[in-house]
Amino acid sequence: MSTATAKHHDDHGHDSHGHPTGLMRWVKSTNHKDIGTMYLWFAFTMFLFAGAMAMGIRAELFQPGLQFFQPQVFNQLTTLHGLIMIFGAIMPAFVGFANWQVPLMIGAPDMAFPRLNNMSFWLLIPAALLLVTSIFVPGGAVAGGWTMYPPLAIQGGLSMDMSIFALHILGVSSIVGSINIITTIFNMRAPGMTLMKMPMFVWTWLITAYLLIAAMPVLAGALTMMITDRHFGTHFFNAAGGGDPVLFQHVFWFFGHPEVYIMILPAFGILSTIIPTFARKPLFGYTSMVYATTAIAVLSFVVWAHHMFTTGMPVAGQLFFMYSTMLISVPTGVKVFNWVATMWKGSITFETPMLFAVAVVFLFTIGGLSGLVLAILPVDIQLQDTYYVVAHFHYVLFSGAAMSIMGGVYYWIPKWTGHMYDETLGKWHFWLTTIAFNVTFFPMHFTGLAGMPRRIPDYSQQFAEFNMISSYGAFVLGLSQLLFLYVVIKCIKGGAKASASPWEGAHGLEWTVPSPAPFHTFETPPVVK
Amino acid sequence: MRQSTKNYYLPAPSFWPAIAATALFLMFGGFAMALNQIGLGKPVMIAGGLVFVYLLRGWFSEVIKESISKVYNTQVDHSFRWGMGWFIFSEVMFFFGFFGALFYARNVSLHWLADAQLLWPGFVATWPSAGPKLVLEGHMAPWGLPAINTLLLLTSGATLTWAHWGLMKNNRNQLTIGLVLTIALGVAFLTLQAHEYAEAAFTIKSGIYGATFYMLTGFHGLHVTMGAIMLTIILLRVRSGHFDAHNHFGFEAVAWYWHFVDVVWLFLFIFVYWL
Repeated sequence: MSTATAKHHDDHGHDSHGHPTGLMRWVKSTNHKDIGTMYLWFAFTMFLFAGAMAMGIRAELFQPGLQFFQPQVFNQLTTLHGLIMIFGAIMPAFVGFANWQVPLMIGAPDMAFPRLNNMSFWLLIPAALLLVTSIFVPGGAVAGGWTMYPPLAIQGGLSMDMSIFALHILGVSSIVGSINIITTIFNMRAPGMTLMKMPMFVWTWLITAYLLIAAMPVLAGALTMMITDRHFGTHFFNAAGGGDPVLFQHVFWFFGHPEVYIMILPAFGILSTIIPTFARKPLFGYTSMVYATTAIAVLSFVVWAHHMFTTGMPVAGQLFFMYSTMLISVPTGVKVFNWVATMWKGSITFETPMLFAVAVVFLFTIGGLSGLVLAILPVDIQLQDTYYVVAHFHYVLFSGAAMSIMGGVYYWIPKWTGHMYDETLGKWHFWLTTIAFNVTFFPMHFTGLAGMPRRIPDYSQQFAEFNMISSYGAFVLGLSQLLFLYVVIKCIKGGAKASASPWEGAHGLEWTVPSPAPFHTFETPPVVK
Repeated sequence: MRQSTKNYYLPAPSFWPAIAATALFLMFGGFAMALNQIGLGKPVMIAGGLVFVYLLRGWFSEVIKESISKVYNTQVDHSFRWGMGWFIFSEVMFFFGFFGALFYARNVSLHWLADAQLLWPGFVATWPSAGPKLVLEGHMAPWGLPAINTLLLLTSGATLTWAHWGLMKNNRNQLTIGLVLTIALGVAFLTLQAHEYAEAAFTIKSGIYGATFYMLTGFHGLHVTMGAIMLTIILLRVRSGHFDAHNHFGFEAVAWYWHFVDVVWLFLFIFVYWL
């Protein structure tokens, strides 16, 4: 890890240097901090929106029978909840972190391509508009699940086309954004910051950006084949013409599994930043962490068919994908052990970011272990498309990715706003979120093992108690995020002044600039020793 | 510009990104409507296309102006190199998806369809195939037009490199002639490709063979078209006296792109036409 011995020669009051104010400051921005802020707010808005949909889902599932939504509407809710959470909330939030933190952490004056950076953000808006307005078109929003498998997806109406094009645009945004991030990391590091001195967060984003550039074009290809099958008479996914619906699943999951790591590697980077700070010890096994991240990235491209064990693959294929999937737990285990070892004998304090980080290590491991269970072929055939899968991926995506994002916000918000957040309310937010999350999703392991299918608005009487518990949890979980919103707004408006380095154990270049970080930083690169 | 060439060039606030978002919204939104027979679709799509052309022209002019006024230092030049390299990698992955689909259909799913014998008894897996329910009327043989096209594109790669040598030796004549030749060869390729499409006995609707054939060659042709347009712009810039022996990444970026399109064609020739 680099030590923050750098001097910075900046902040001669560039802030008002002919820069537009008001709305145009944001529309025309070429500043990584402003763009990062826009990404984070966009993600938060989408998070609340898709979270409200999840509460609709849980309201319907509160009791057996149909209460609020017709099955078609229920399917639209689950589909849009998934699409928006993944592409609208988690991914943009991480890009927001990358925008704010990568230049600050490597001592760069900005991103390598500031205008393209802004384009990556503004492309999210048309994509979100297409996705959200598709709810109101005839036939309603997409209802075939976020994975959009044919033949169901071939039969959808206008909203299916809108969603496909929304994903095309999001793909362009992600690819351009990732090219920017990779270029920034390779080309804009301060003198002396070698690759193996880079902060772990920067490393994880480097690998994530690589995954995005490799995976998103393949998704674009799959979606393009979908469009031509729908409207131009091709037979990619139609066996009558020699195609195969399973082909879509292969191409989709070739993108989809790296996507899973795209959503968790930056979270690993955030954990690897927070834990050493509050354990007051350097990150244990930095080098092994770098190699583990790289190994995960490589392996993520050869495990995709574990999402398709029940499609009738040859046994040899099933075995290969089972073993390769289990292999991923090795580098992931390295990471978990490294975090635990970092905390070992540290003088730990539990401020809100650390609470989130420790909870993520614990809860993500549960999600990782249920993933290992699902990787086992005979077990997966039993559990495919049950609530066990829903429990699994919410443990990795909510208590892995989303809670890391929350921890990261608490950790860096003093740098972003210049104020400390309200520690008491932060802790309330943490405990409410963590407890409500487990109340919501832990029972799903049981309902899933007992055979309750996902994506169905009604269920057998035997699942009633667990579903009611899940729904109570989900309402608390959803409403607690309004507290998060309040804490963030309160912190922006005021609060105790944050010093340049408000965390006692924090290291890194971002803590050498004042809080809030000036509009321009590191215009002359610092020297890292 | 307050930045000196010593510092990394940071552009002033810009409207182009928001215009790009508008263009894509109109194009894709209009396209989605047009696909569903909504009357407004086509005009919206065309409007989006016009905004897109305006965007490309405006944004690239701005970058070219910056490049000429020497605000880019070596580090910015390196950024462009990294950026173009990774962009081409993303394009490689785009084609990889379609090649993967071709491989899967030919070597996996067609055989399973034939082996199962449940839905379509008597179906035999051959290639080319339009599947059990459709009839394939002929296919493309490699050693006619496609072979000539291969030759054309490979030659265009050579003429482009020759043009690059001219640029590095400050021989502007060689540079111009090389570029003109490259563009001519590209246009010749596209003409032959259009002829091949017009003469073809099968369409994109002709089962999995027609689908993979037209998808792969169609996207390749689109890339050749874009490459030819980019080369034409480079030619116009050369005529206006842009670029010198040391400072010509715009030229190199297009050359990289052209060579990439070349390599994709080789794979197409082998896997789509030949084997």
